[in-house]
Amino acid sequence: MASHFESPLREPLINGNKTYKDITNDIVKPTTGKIQTKWAIYTAISAVFAGLFVFCIAWEVMFGIGTWGANKTVGWAWDITNFVWWIGIGHAGTLISAILLLFRQKWRTGVNRAAEAMTIFAVVCAGQFPIFHMGRVWDAFFIFPYPNTRGPLWVNFTSPLLWDVFAISTYFTVSLLFWYTGLVPDFGTIRDQSKTSGRWKFYNFLSFGWIGTAKHWERWESLSLILAGLSTPLVLSVHTIVSFDFATSVVPGWHTTIMPPYFVAGAIFSGFAMVLTLMIVARHIMNLQDYITLAHVESMNKIMLMTGTMVGIAYLTELFVAWYSGNMYEAYAFANRVSGPYWWAYWSMMFCNLVSPQVFWFRKLRRNIAVTFFMSILINIGMWFERFVIIVISLHRDYLPSSWLYYSPTWVEVGIFVGTIGLFMFLFLLFCRFFPAIAIAEVKAILKISGNQYREKQLEEVKDMEVYKETSVKAGTWD
Amino acid sequence: MSDTKKYLVGIFDDDDVLMHAVKDIRKAGYEITDAYTPFPVHGLEHALGLESTRLHTAGFFFAATGFTVALSMITFINMFNYPTDFGGKPYWGLLAYIPITFEHTVLYSAIGMTVSFYYLCKLWPGKTPKIIDERTTDHLFALTFELDGSKDASYINTVSELLKKEGAIEVYQKEV
Repeated sequence: MASHFESPLREPLINGNKTYKDITNDIVKPTTGKIQTKWAIYTAISAVFAGLFVFCIAWEVMFGIGTWGANKTVGWAWDITNFVWWIGIGHAGTLISAILLLFRQKWRTGVNRAAEAMTIFAVVCAGQFPIFHMGRVWDAFFIFPYPNTRGPLWVNFTSPLLWDVFAISTYFTVSLLFWYTGLVPDFGTIRDQSKTSGRWKFYNFLSFGWIGTAKHWERWESLSLILAGLSTPLVLSVHTIVSFDFATSVVPGWHTTIMPPYFVAGAIFSGFAMVLTLMIVARHIMNLQDYITLAHVESMNKIMLMTGTMVGIAYLTELFVAWYSGNMYEAYAFANRVSGPYWWAYWSMMFCNLVSPQVFWFRKLRRNIAVTFFMSILINIGMWFERFVIIVISLHRDYLPSSWLYYSPTWVEVGIFVGTIGLFMFLFLLFCRFFPAIAIAEVKAILKISGNQYREKQLEEVKDMEVYKETSVKAGTWD
Repeated sequence: MSDTKKYLVGIFDDDDVLMHAVKDIRKAGYEITDAYTPFPVHGLEHALGLESTRLHTAGFFFAATGFTVALSMITFINMFNYPTDFGGKPYWGLLAYIPITFEHTVLYSAIGMTVSFYYLCKLWPGKTPKIIDERTTDHLFALTFELDGSKDASYINTVSELLKKEGAIEVYQKEV
């Protein structure tokens, strides 16, 4: 079909000669039937860790921030490290669903749903850290500007910490709306496949009574496109503002203009690493290899290679600027990073984020699932170390040598961090079981372009260059 | 429900066949009530002769509202309600207001458009939908023709014949 023509260089994104019916069945299947033992075990383990999170948070609220290792010199430590780490992870979903939608990258359809879910759960985890770092968490609503009896006393609109409040709450809300609106038609599909009335009612409630008329689809597409357009600057603004928390301060090692692009690249880098970690596991458990193909994995690995190298250039630029600025405090801050008491954190970061992704220059390794999985874990660790390096190393030796110290976390801090990973996995596993993990309607929409049987037919047609030209002219893609 | 309507339904199994059918049927002078598809079929709304949605225009106005609310509220607070002197700096510092103003612009636009979308489509949690054919969210496509009092048997026959000629795999009548 001329209307479905695409360059013969493009790989198929849906394998296994799928029909529309197959797509529905394959993606609805994991949400039906008996609960798998494997799934139940993973969910139970995650729930235990989520419980650890609740316990450690309760401990912290009862006994105060003094139960953490963070203190006068190192006022921001594991807590803010974890916050930035989670927020960074929460960037890939919107990047995949919004920016790749605007760029018409078809491979996004296989992974966008799960990546957006991951974004929302990561932001939920991230939000816990600044909220509980307030100490008196029952006064957390003071961060919102509202008329009050304390003055009138307002929040400081010129502070990056307040910008953060607005940026993250907006990001969470918009991501949630975008994700849910995408889910509505797929809930309709699950509803119409359901065999029992309870299940029908449940999914009908979630689907808002979706029936898929032409007008609804048109509005739905218009809404998706505009939300994508809004999310694109939004996702860039969120991590830019997070980086302002540091860049607008006067701490050597933080006070640099390189921070916003450096943080955004790092966020995309770590976000894709987490998407790959989860998707590689999910495609095996749920048998979705035909929808999350090696072409998807390779595309994401290419992005990781690029953003990893960008982050690496930022690390080297920082070192250069520290030397070239002639500012002795700045120079000391970086000498201390490279060879101070936390040298191991700095070099772990350098190895995981700059050196290791270079393996993805090789196509064989980009398309190797085991290598990709290993690398994604390594990058998650490396990106955690990046935030640790920026935050703790810059703070632990301040202007007054008598207050220098070596920070290490307490069990409460470790428990909260490990607990958020449990919470994250718990939410993600629930999502995989009850929600369609792949955007059913969007995959169907690209089937005739990227389905393997259609690609093969097109390749047959274009073996002869003249035929290729003729088809392209007909499709209007030939200049 | 009391307000049920009767429809002539044509079922198709391919989106390209559906598109041709829509164009030909409308050319033959028959009004299609609605089309049901499992995924967005590009150009279908134009082929059906529907007006383009103005949802994005609404989005612009919601964005403008968010922009105005944020900037005017910060201005009011920092200049009139609680002016604070930070080392002689001006009370009104536009550059520092950009992030919150931007976030508000996006937030209002996104919420406003999403709410408008569900309002216009008349979709809400717990709604009981009028499903023409359960397979249209799965793998089939449906075209419907409303049968009110003015449509006689010859109309039904000609449209049915036309649908079959255009490649419909099933044609039937249904009241929902």
